Formats: sequence, structure tokens, C-alpha cells
Amino acid sequence: MPQASRNVLRPDRRSGGARAVLTAIGALLIALAIGAPALAQDDSGADETLGGTLRTRDEAGENIFVEGATFTVFDADGNEVGSSTTDAEGAWLVPLPGPGFYSVELDESTLAEGVSLREGASNPLTGIEVQPGTTRNTLFPLGERVTTEDNTIRSVQLFVDGIKLGMIIAMCAIGLSLIYGTTGLTNFAHGEMVTFGAMVAFVFHVTWQVSWLGSWMSSLVFAGVVAIVITGVAGWLFNEYVWKRLRNRGASLIAALVVSIGFSILARYVLLYQFGGRAGFYRDYRIGQQVDFGVFSLLRKDIFIIVFALAVLVAVGVALQRTRIGKAMRAVADNRDLAESSGIDVEKVIRWVWIVGSALAGLGGVLFGLTENINWEMGFRLLLLMFAGVTLGGLGTAYGALFGSIIAGIFIQMSTLVIPSDMKNVGALITLIVILLVRPQGLLGRAERIG
Amino acid sequence: MDWGAILENTIRGLIGERFIVFALAAIGLNLHFGYTGLLNFGQAVFMAAGAYGLAITVVTIGPRLNDPDGLDLGLSTTTLFWLGVFVAVVVFPLIMALIMGIPTLRLRADYLAIVTIAAAEIFRLIARSPRFDWLTGSSDGLSGFSKTFYDMSPFDPGGRYLFDLFIGNQMFLVLVGWVVLALSAFTCWLIIRSPWGRVLKAIREDEDAARSLGKNAYWYKMQALMLGGIFGAIGGMLRAIGFSLAQPDNFITDVTFFVWVALILGGAGKIMGPLIGAAILYGILDFTDIFLRQGVANGNIPESIMTGTQVGQVRFMLMGLGLVLLAAFRPQGIIGNKEEMALDDR
Amino acid sequence: MTADDMDVPGVPDAGPEAADPEPVAVPLAEALREVDHEAARAALADVPWEPGAKKPDPILVADHVVRRFGGLTAVDADHVEVQRGVITALIGPNGAGKTTLFNLLTNFDKPDSGTRVFDGHNIDDVPAHKIANYGMVRTFQLTKALSKMTVIENMKLGATGQRGEKLWRSILPFTWKAQERDIEARADALLERFKMSHMRDEFAGTLSGGQRKLLEMARALMVEPTMVMLDEPMAGVNPALTQSLLGHVTGLSEQGMTVLFVEHDMDMVQEISDWVIVMAEGRIIAEGPPASIGENQAVVDAYLGSHHDSALDLDTEL
Repeated sequence: MPQASRNVLRPDRRSGGARAVLTAIGALLIALAIGAPALAQDDSGADETLGGTLRTRDEAGENIFVEGATFTVFDADGNEVGSSTTDAEGAWLVPLPGPGFYSVELDESTLAEGVSLREGASNPLTGIEVQPGTTRNTLFPLGERVTTEDNTIRSVQLFVDGIKLGMIIAMCAIGLSLIYGTTGLTNFAHGEMVTFGAMVAFVFHVTWQVSWLGSWMSSLVFAGVVAIVITGVAGWLFNEYVWKRLRNRGASLIAALVVSIGFSILARYVLLYQFGGRAGFYRDYRIGQQVDFGVFSLLRKDIFIIVFALAVLVAVGVALQRTRIGKAMRAVADNRDLAESSGIDVEKVIRWVWIVGSALAGLGGVLFGLTENINWEMGFRLLLLMFAGVTLGGLGTAYGALFGSIIAGIFIQMSTLVIPSDMKNVGALITLIVILLVRPQGLLGRAERIG
Repeated sequence: MDWGAILENTIRGLIGERFIVFALAAIGLNLHFGYTGLLNFGQAVFMAAGAYGLAITVVTIGPRLNDPDGLDLGLSTTTLFWLGVFVAVVVFPLIMALIMGIPTLRLRADYLAIVTIAAAEIFRLIARSPRFDWLTGSSDGLSGFSKTFYDMSPFDPGGRYLFDLFIGNQMFLVLVGWVVLALSAFTCWLIIRSPWGRVLKAIREDEDAARSLGKNAYWYKMQALMLGGIFGAIGGMLRAIGFSLAQPDNFITDVTFFVWVALILGGAGKIMGPLIGAAILYGILDFTDIFLRQGVANGNIPESIMTGTQVGQVRFMLMGLGLVLLAAFRPQGIIGNKEEMALDDR
Repeated sequence: MTADDMDVPGVPDAGPEAADPEPVAVPLAEALREVDHEAARAALADVPWEPGAKKPDPILVADHVVRRFGGLTAVDADHVEVQRGVITALIGPNGAGKTTLFNLLTNFDKPDSGTRVFDGHNIDDVPAHKIANYGMVRTFQLTKALSKMTVIENMKLGATGQRGEKLWRSILPFTWKAQERDIEARADALLERFKMSHMRDEFAGTLSGGQRKLLEMARALMVEPTMVMLDEPMAGVNPALTQSLLGHVTGLSEQGMTVLFVEHDMDMVQEISDWVIVMAEGRIIAEGPPASIGENQAVVDAYLGSHHDSALDLDTEL
């Protein structure tokens, strides 16, 4: 992919921003077009799908979506066609090879605690006819949820889930915050870098099946590394050919912000065009083994995510604190003019902020895709949570982004104790508004000096 | 290729109901961004406020007001409709403006951008939530509120009008839309020429300067947000009447971006900018749309490159691309003045 | 330049009259007619030359005003009074906290503690925009000409109490047209006085730095203030315009307005100010008539102890 882009972007161009933006857009389109056949392959003949939404009601009669339940689809001959696990909104979907009759089985052992099929409901459902080019919904009625778990245990579980989500948000948000701090740009296209990372890994791991490294595990690790490298390079190119040019032309921050929104839409729909509207999953990581820790339990992949994310975040923290470039990043974010006058090469720092910030966003995308699913909007949805986290911690500060994002993640998960889980992000976004009201500089930010 | 159909669609794009809806929303955004400098990325929320203001009043609240066991007000359908219009263009947008404005209008401009985008997402999640099904009809939305409107139509619902471009009800909506649009543009023109409009422009140029001269910048920005929101709500209400449906998916964040492209394309800070921008935007989009659709349908564009569903995505790509190119290279828009724009580079 | 140079060019009474522009009849605010500039100046003779000195007729009084940024205390002013009807200069080396104090006095910044009283009004909890209604108007170090508005629009903006600034009236032009005509006449008269009439319909963004300063000052007068606060009125001004600007500043005072200005340029301070307040490291360290300041040991120490090269030069901060 980077090679393709270099062919488009001639290294000796001298013109102003005009051609740069155009070539950057061309590069983006071409780079994505390369991924196209591969993804299209995955899509081909999958115009028919079977899916549904699994939900129940609690004592108060409120909807509760059941996450993590697995459905397996069989064709008329009893061969397995595919399986799917419900997401946070209880939705599941299995692409079918073509129209015809299918049966679906719900693995009742994957139902969340306290949830069970309504008495008399049939499982598996057989003889479901799917017409050409349609999505057929199936209904598995659930009984009323019985609360068996004690609220403290549920709180602990949600707290741990929240830390996981918070660390993923943090990983993605560091770049957002540092880019803002060093250049003043509120980069709305940062979310698409997250989606891009997740999709690059998906292409390598699922579509192209780069399995020559051996086990499945190593192949996702390989795909993840590829995703980090490609998003890092993409960030570098993005800065070099778009933002640096706009900065040099003295474009106003508002114009830059509008440009970033334009790129966000363009990239999002190019990704949709290539990837399709369906959710994808990293093969073999959809379900997993539960590990019981007494008060809470985690999937193995979640343990991996938490440990790995913690290691990355600590490494980033140490790098910001100890390395030359890390210190320079903080210095530029803190006071650009002062940093410049004390001999720091600001453009070089900004370049590294873009590379590292984008690579972290790409990695965050892979991890986010591992916990939920991969779809064309995932980054945009996460972007709003990143804004919430970054605003909470203090816009423009690296540690503020870390701290605020983790708080936001915990808050989002814990809030489902009191609000329905399909509205958990509403809580976080409303909190964002409330924080702006009471403490606009964020928890760690400083009040700005006037004059 | 059926060039007749292509031409017909393009003209409908240039002057039809979508042009009207987005021109109204862009007039509102022009007050926000073009004249006051507010970065409102939640114009879709105001549009939704208009749509749901009418729908909720007529469909959800109305029957409750008339409930024989409750208030039993016995309001007629017509009364309810006009009450709904009032809620749609006054009550809901003002509430939205307060919610978004109070926390952000004292802060740096980009905070408003973040909060308005967040508000659009909050709206979408709440409107779609099954929990609020009784209020918003969740993802299916609300319908059954536009009958009173179409009952007023003097046109034969089965007839075709204006060179067969519009059928009866559509013709009525478009006609009402043009009148509303013309009145809105005229009101805007009056307002901007007044001392009130002068203060808005001063705030756009430099808020502190306006404040040093005794202008309450916060309150003026709030008023601008409210007024622009009202124009957006009128647009959203007409959109819902046009579809006879208020549905969350018609007011997603991307709708806001269409409004932005229309405004910047035409020229922010110019009275005619939103109208020209919306007409050209929808002319181009509808032309591309039907052109590609026909290409796909008759096999001129192979399936491997583009399928029918992907045509719809192309218009979003064009919009994103348009936003990038305009903001980077022609921020003054079609009718804007480059020299005037350059004065901004301080 | 050293501290010794400071009192050399000072010829306190020369200049103002010579540079005074020919008067154009501009109606004065009611309050101004009663202020006698000469009497106010004369009254300063009895004021002791010490920091925080009490003035016979103070228009602006600040007490225990403290402003911190993080760990840094930018301003810690025990007591400041500004005499009505005279020109007061606020000087000090770079980083002394002049602009911060200036922002605090005009309420564009909130102090961590302390009280400020302007013309009998406590302004501690008054929003910045209301200060103008009390009769205090300020300008900015980085001139805030409203670029995409014409010069005359800039001027008309300055008028207070405009009926057409109410949203509901804006669509009813007949309710404000008459007042608008009066405002325009007043704006044109002021433009005439500032010799800017020929640029009336130009965009303010096309003006030179000095012209913007003039416009900003003229626009401030549209407020009909009793006190004008100027933040570095000479910064970035072409020397050819300096005399004219100086003339306008003294002109304000002769019409009875009180002037407080922040300045780097000692020549200008010596030339036009009646009283000088010196700040260093956030505190008021000296006060007195301009001629007394050069001999003040605390002032000399403050300037020598800091970056004295830049402190006394014009424009070094730009």
C-alpha cells in the first residue's frame, strides 16, 4: 500500500497545497482500491443473510440486549454455513452462500447469566426460507431475565470491562490529543484511522489469510503489526501531503477542521464501499474461553487485550517522559512558540506525533475489532468517545487523554447499572457536555492565560 | 441511457423538495457559521427537532391530550397539526439551542463542534432506542401527521404538474417550500442588514472586540444559534412532511455535512449562498445518482466495480471530497469574494 | 539603552498642543462636560510619589488584586488608584504583569481575589461587556479591527444603546432607522476628526497597522466613554503616525476623558502622561509624575535587573 501511494505522490513536487491535497485523495482512493478485490471476494455472493436481534426484558420491562450469544447457521443438508455472536446491541448476522432453506441454532450455553429461552421456544429453528437478495430475521424469544447475580459482582465485572474499553479509547485518543496540542487541529478524521487499522488487519488476517507464519494467533499478530505499520505510514503521508501543506499556506484552523471532516466522510464511505455494511470478525476470536476470577470473569482475548494495552500505554507514557522525542512532543503541545525558540524542530515533532498517533489509533482499531466487531462506522462511533475522554482529561495533554479515556471507559460500562445498555454511550456524551459546563479545561488541564 | 429521465431528475434536484429542505437548513447554518462564526456540526439535530416536534405533538402527545380518561381536550386534527408546527419550529429548536449552547458558547469554537456532533449522536441513539418507542417510534419512526397538510392542497393528488416534474402532493409541498424559503431568505436579509446583524459579524471577526464595545457576545451567539436552529427546524419539518415520516435515519450526522457542503459551495456569509449552494449540490448529486444507477442497471458499469447499493455511497464520497476541496481551495464558495476571504488570514 | 536614558528625552509639557488635530464638533457625553482636565492634573501635585498612593478623585480603584497562572503569580497589586481626568501610564519591564493587570482592570480576566471599583460601581461580578455601559472602553495590544467589516460599520458598531441590536426589532427597520442615521452622522464626524473619512467604505482588513490603531481608538469613542484604556497604543505604528496618535490621546484627556495606557516606549510616556505607575514582577513598585520615575531607585533596579535591553525598546515584543 505505501508503495502504491509513493507512485502517486511524486517526491519532487514543489507546488502548493492544491496538488498535494488532490494527490493525497488519489492515493487514498488507490490505496483502498487495492484492498478492494480482496474484500469484494468476501462479499461476493453474500447478498443473502440471516440474522436477528436477541433481547429480553428485565423486571422493569426495559429492553436488555443479550451480548455474546452464538448462533450457528446450517444449510438444508445440515452443513455448517457460518456462525455469529451477538454484539452489544444483541444483533447477529450470518452471510449465506445463496437463497434457499436454512436452519439456525442458538448455543444456549453462550447466553448470559440469568437469560434463557422462553419455555416452549424451538431451538434450532428449521426450514427458514431466504429469498434472493434479502436479509431474513429470525426470532428467538427469551424469558424474562432473572437477576441472579449480586449487584456488587456485576459492578466489578463492569468495572473491569470499563478498564478494557477505556484503555482502547486511550490508545486511540493519544494521537487525537497530541495532534490537537501540537497543531491546534481537531482532527475529525482520526476515527477513520481506527477503522482503517482494524480493516487492514482484517484483510490480512481473514480475507487474504496470511497464515504462513503458522498458528492462527501468530497470523493475527502479524496482521496487527501490518496494520500498525500501514496506519503509521498513512499518518505520515496524511501529515506530509495534506496538513503540512495547509499549515504552510496558513490555512485557518476552522478551514482545517472542515477539511478533516471532509476527509472523515470521504474515508468512511470509501471504507463502506470496499467493505460493505456488514460487520466482520477476526476469525477464531469471536468466542473464546471464559476465565473465572471469582468476582468477575474474562474471555482469554480480553485478558490479552488488557495486558497488552496496559503494556503499550505504559510504554507510551515512559516514552513521553524519558525519550528526547517524547519530551519534545510534550514541550510542543505545552507551548509551541517556547519549544520552537528553545531549538526544538517543531515540524519533526509534529511528523512523529502523526506517525505514532496514527499507528496507535490503528492498533486501537485492531483491539477494538477484537472485542466487538469490525465495521465501517466503528471509528466514527469511537471518535465521539475519544472526544469525551480527551475533553474529560484536558484537550491537548497526553496524560490527560490517557486518564480521561480510562475514566470515560469505566463510566460507559458502569452506567449500564442504571441505564439500558443500548444507551450507554448517551450517558458518556451527556457527561461530556456536563464537564464542559463545569470544568471546560478538563480534569488535568490548566486554565488558559489571557493576553 | 435515458437522457430525458436524467434531465428530469437533475432539475428536480435543482428545485425540488430536497433543495428546499437543505437550503433552509443552510440558511440557518449560514446564520451560525457564515455570520456568527459558530461551528455547528449538529444542524441535523435542529432538523430532527422540527420533524419530531411535529410528529411527536400530533402522533404521540395528541392522543394523550384528547384521552377521554385524561385531559380530554378534544383538540381537532387541524388544531393539533398547527400546535405541532409551533412546537416544531419554536419550542424544540429553542430547547436544543439552549442544551447545546449553554455549555459551549463561552468556550473555544471547536468545543461547539464537538458538542453538536455529540448531540447528533445522542439524538440518534435516543430516537432509535426501543426504550423510547412510545415517544419516537424507535427505528421505525413516526408517521400519520401530514394528512392535515396535504388536505390543504389545491392540487389533484393524481395529477402531474410543472412539466410533469411533480405529482399533486409533491407540487403542493414544493410550492409551500418555495414560499417559506423566499420568506426565510428575505427575513435573513433584513436581519443581517440591521444593527443586530452587525453585532453578529463583529463577533465572527473578533468576539473580544465586540465585548469591549459593550456587546453581550454570549447572548448574541445564543440568539444566533436559536434563530439558525429555527430555520433548520423548518427544513426538517418539511422533510418529514415530504416523507410523511419522521425517522432517526433521516437525521444522522451525515445530513449535517450535506448542509455544510451546500453552504460552503454557495458561499458562507452571503444571503444567496445557501440557496445557490443547495441547488447546485442537489443538481450534481441527483445527476450523478441517476447517471450511475442507469449505468449499473443497463450494465454499462460492471457489477465488479459498482453495485446498486454502492451508488448511494458514492454521493457521500462526493460530499466528503467536495468539503475537502472547497475548504482547502475555495473557502469563499461560488459567489464569495476571494479578496474579502483573504482578509481573514491574520 | 540604560535606565539613565529614561529621563533624557522627557519634555513633559511639549508636544501635545502642537500635535493636537483641529477640533471637529463631536458631542460629548454628559458626564464629561463636568470634568476639568487642568484641575484634575493640578490636584495630582499633592499626591505622594509612592506605590498605591491615594488620589484626590479616583475613577478606578483596585484592592488586593491577585492573579495566578498555575504556580506563577502574575499580578499581586495591593492598591491602585487612577485619577479622574488625567492620562496615567502603566509601565514596567517585560513580564511585569502590565497586560494582565490591564485585563483585570477591564474585567477581561477574573482575578483569583481582590476587588475593583470603577466610577462607584463594584465591577467584580460584572461581565466584561457591561463595563462599556459604565463608561469604560478598552483597546487591544494586537489591534482588533474587524477585518471583514467596513470602516464605517466598525464605527457604527461602537455606539451603545442601539435599538436595532434587539433581534425582534431588526426585522422592523422603521423602529431603528432614525437612530441609525444619528449614529452614522456621529461616526462620520469622528472619522473626520481622525482623518479617516476617505477610507469610510474600505474593509478594515485592508488598513495599515497604524490606521487600525486609529480606527480602534475612534471606534472606542463611539461608546462615549468616561475612561479609555489603551493597551500599547503605539505598538507596531509607523513613526509617521505616532505624533498624530499622541495628539489624539491628549485630545481625549482634554475633553475630560480619563486615559490609562500600557506602554513600552518611555518617550511617549514622558511626553503625554500626567502620572506613571510602574510594575515589576506583578507588583506596583513605584508611582509618580513622569519626571520622577527615572530617578526612582526601585524602578532603575527593576529595569536593570530584568532584560533591560528589551524593556525600554519599542516593539520588541512584536
